[in-house]
Amino acid sequence: MANRYSGISSDGLWHNNIGFVQLLGLCPLLAVSSTVVNALGLGLATMFVLVASNLSVSLIRNLVRQEIRIPAFMLIIASFVTAIDLAMNAWLYDLHKVLGIFIPLIVTNCAILGRAEAFASRTSVDRAVLDGMMMGLGFTLVLLLLGGMREVIGQGTLLANAHLMFGSMAEGWTITLIDDYRGFLLAILPPGAFLGLGLLIAVKNIIDDKLAKPVTIVVGEVVEQH
Amino acid sequence: MLVTHMLRTALLLGLFAIIGAGMVALTFKYTEQPIADSERKALLRSLHALVPPASHDNDLFSDVLTVQNSEYLGTDKPVRIYRARKQGQPVAAVIETVTPDGYGGNIFLLVAVRYDAMLLGVRVSKHKETPGLGDAIEAERSDWIAGFEGKSLTNPASSGWRVKKDGGEFDQFTGATITPRAVVKAVFRALQFYQVQGDSLFVEDK
Repeated sequence: MANRYSGISSDGLWHNNIGFVQLLGLCPLLAVSSTVVNALGLGLATMFVLVASNLSVSLIRNLVRQEIRIPAFMLIIASFVTAIDLAMNAWLYDLHKVLGIFIPLIVTNCAILGRAEAFASRTSVDRAVLDGMMMGLGFTLVLLLLGGMREVIGQGTLLANAHLMFGSMAEGWTITLIDDYRGFLLAILPPGAFLGLGLLIAVKNIIDDKLAKPVTIVVGEVVEQH
Repeated sequence: MLVTHMLRTALLLGLFAIIGAGMVALTFKYTEQPIADSERKALLRSLHALVPPASHDNDLFSDVLTVQNSEYLGTDKPVRIYRARKQGQPVAAVIETVTPDGYGGNIFLLVAVRYDAMLLGVRVSKHKETPGLGDAIEAERSDWIAGFEGKSLTNPASSGWRVKKDGGEFDQFTGATITPRAVVKAVFRALQFYQVQGDSLFVEDK
């Protein structure tokens, strides 16, 4: 486990990315990533919950007893999720309607309890908060990448419905990349999410392979041949 | 010793529960009003898309009739009818109706009927139809739903209140017949309901 700040950051963004490597929180990741705006909405909400829960868990880490730590963590996470669900309903009403059940379901995103238990409960507040931020950011970036991919292939646009999140000033933000595009349904439906994530993970693995130092294997000489 | 330990642990967990519940209660208190406002604004937006604000002078939200009719309105739960009036005279009624025949479950509709039983328009308020196929019933995705404007029980005649594939007048979508079929049927039923009920829909609350 990385302890330095840079290590925490690179873990969250790349080496131990929630979406690519830990493969946690797949249910919201796959369900909501049909457009960039949906992806951003869920990503930011998840990031907020991760930071807040990591912060609280780290603060109380010496107080909470071993036997009740999981229920206590769940209580904290559920409270934050309910709070952000209410807040989004109040101030981002239309986006909240689109994301629907996936905001309350952040509670069941194993990544959040996972970070609380495996990291935040064993480390200082600053490191826990940074970890929450970086893990959340990593998750958001995967969501955005997958959302962008599916939106472009599925409906030929980017940033459609941006006004749901940014208000009326974003009405004209939609970028139509392909005019008169008939749409590619597969990308928008759930199978497209699986295929898209699979491809992205494959690309990440290729990059990792390229970056890894070449290993030289010394093989014994062939002594005798028939 | 063990009992004290258990008691302390339980108290600690109880404390966390109280703090958590307190936080949620506080958020709820501060978001309750904005949420109600947003819901109201969103509903008013869809109501005004159907019944132009200039055509009535009453408050659509306070002039509501709650009815229950599973035969015509597709649900055995009570639904609301918003009534528009100008200077006390009925202008139009917006009926909340549901069709259980959608491809992905219930489709919730707002059906606006002018006082003379002509359709002002229809909007889908909630549905789970297939993205890219059935969701063309949304006004934002295609103008199919606008095809109801100006229609009534006599225009077309009742045999025409079907999708073209079934011998009626309304288009279906390529690859999705079930969704438009369900919507056409629900709108037709709502119009029938309006005709059967007549002026009783505009009776003012005593």
